[in-house]
Parts: sequence; C-alpha cells; structure tokens
Amino acid sequence: MNDQYRENDEYDPNSGDVAPGVVDVADRSIREGVEGYLIGFGLAVLLTVGSFLVAGTHAIWEPGIPVALVVLAIAQIGIHLVFFLHITTAPDNTNNALALAFGVLIVVLVVGGSIWIMSNLNSNLMPMMPVTPAQS
Amino acid sequence: MSTATEAVPHGHRRAADPYRVGHGHGGGAHGFATGHGEGGPASKRVIVGYGFWIFLLTDVVMFSCFFAAHGVLQNETAGGPSGPELFNLTHVAIETGCLLLSSFVCGLSFVATEARSMLWTQIFLLVTGLLGAAFLALEAQEFAGMVAAGAGPQRSAFLSSFFAVVGLHGCHVTAGLLWLGTMMAQLWVKGFRPNVLHRLLCFNLFWHALDIIWVALFTIVYLVGAGR
Repeated sequence: MNDQYRENDEYDPNSGDVAPGVVDVADRSIREGVEGYLIGFGLAVLLTVGSFLVAGTHAIWEPGIPVALVVLAIAQIGIHLVFFLHITTAPDNTNNALALAFGVLIVVLVVGGSIWIMSNLNSNLMPMMPVTPAQS
Repeated sequence: MSTATEAVPHGHRRAADPYRVGHGHGGGAHGFATGHGEGGPASKRVIVGYGFWIFLLTDVVMFSCFFAAHGVLQNETAGGPSGPELFNLTHVAIETGCLLLSSFVCGLSFVATEARSMLWTQIFLLVTGLLGAAFLALEAQEFAGMVAAGAGPQRSAFLSSFFAVVGLHGCHVTAGLLWLGTMMAQLWVKGFRPNVLHRLLCFNLFWHALDIIWVALFTIVYLVGAGR
C-alpha cells in the first residue's frame, strides 16, 4: 500500500468504522489480499459442488435433501459475506453487521411468513378442491 | 489533542490492535471519529460504502418478496410442465460456475485496485465482465428454450414466478455489466481518483451481492425445485 493511498480521503486511519467490502488492515499485502479471496473461492466451490451432489444423490433420506440444501446455501452465503464482502464481527464493522441483521430479519419475516400463511390457507381450502371441477 | 496517537505510526497501531481492545467508548476524546457520534463524521469512503450496503440490503428484501411468491406458487403448475421436467442441472451448474468465478475475479480486481495497478485492474474487470456475459448468454438460452417448448411465463403461476425471480436476477446482472463497462471507461480516462474509487467499491459490493442472491436462487429455485 503506497503513500498516495493515505494522502487522499480513501484511507482514514483515524476512523472507527470501515466500509463494507474493505479490509481494515492498513498493511495488507497483495498476497494476503489474494489469499483471502482464494480461500473464499475454494470454500464456495466446495459448498456449491456439495449442493449439486446432494441434489442428485440417493444416499440421503429424500425429505432431508431440501433441508441439507438450505443449510449448504446458508453456509455458502456466510462464506461470501466473510471472504468477499468482508463483513466481520469486529467493532469497526458494527454498523455493517447490524444493517445486515436487520435485512435478514425482514427477509425471514417476508419469506417465512408468506409461505407459512399461504400453506395454511392451502390446507384449509383442500376439501374444496374436488368439489369445484364437479360443479362446473 | 492528537499527540498521543500521532506518536505511533497509524498502520502499526491498527495492526497491533485490530479489535481496538485498548479503545473503549471514550475513544472520541483522542480525536478520532468512532462513528458512534464522537469525533465527527466518518470518511467519505465509509459513508458511501455504508449507504450502498443499505441499498443492497433493500435490494435483497425486494428479492425476498419474489422468492416468497415463488415459494408459494411453485406447485401451481396448472397442468403445465413442472420443475423436474424443465430444469437442466448441468446447465445450471455451468451458470453457477461462471458467476462464482466472476465474483472471485472481481475480488482480485479489488486487490489490484488497492495496489493501484491500472493494467491488472482493467484485466480482472474485463474477465469479470466476460464471465458475467457468459452467464447471461446461458440464461437467455435457457429462457428461449423454455419459451419455445411452450413453457413461457404465461403458461402457469409456477412459470410466472420462475421467470420473475430468475429474470429479475438477470436484469441485475445486465445492469451490473453496463456499470462495469462504465467503470472501466472511467478508470481508463480519469485514473484512480477518489470518486472513481468509491464507485469501484460500490460496484464490487454489487457484484458480490448478486452472487449471494444467485446462491439462494440456484438452491431454492433449481435444486430444491428439481427434487419435487
């Protein structure tokens, strides 16, 4: 990291926060930067390959496959957040992590709530289904 | 006021105490901004990056609505073709590989940007764009094949929601490619200026976020959908 980087407003060593996607280590070398992305990429590839294998396998109890897939996806999203977007739990990342937590809360409410309510309605309407075609 | 902090080189101090264990809540008294209402506003890079991060999270919330719609409608095939009949997982795997590799190369371009290497930044950005374009071409090919086979978005509620959520992601990738081309041109003409660097940071965040959404998408829509 050269001096030009420190003279403009790009790097502010006195700030207590870092922007998302930025590693807050002033002396990070190119090699360390590439290594971080390589580790993240390797783990992401492993989890992706795992997902596709799980989807096509018969070695797992069939109703368990969607659960395994969702777990693998959440793990991979975590890998992407840590190694590609550099969201950490360090104090200088508090704002980024809190915003993410709020986003996750909304996503869980929207997706979980929609599926829960609609499947409830579906199962309540089930007895109606055979009647409708017979009447028409 | 800042003599105590000036005495030690900044990089050294930060490296020795990355978690700021020695700096409690009263850090503002030493004259640096903590972002917690003490010491003045954060640098522009932090503010721009944080603002764009908020935008990305709202984008994710929007995607979650499309995912919820697809989750509710995925069995409503109206007698039309269902997921297992339509999805070609090999095709999806190649798309996934393209986008994942693209995200990785985008990260490499960010390292090159931090090292202020114009050549490598441009090369990595170009590779990022080519992989993104390959992804889009594969997706367009898949869509065209489905429409030609009579499985267009108007066929059933399942297909409407499928085209909506996958198409929305495709639109984001298209917008990202346009942004990428613009950034390469700006970088070429203006060099590593602060405002260009802010935009590059935002583009990096955007591209990585698109890959995260694709992870959820290929898992929920394709892999879980193909098993039904």
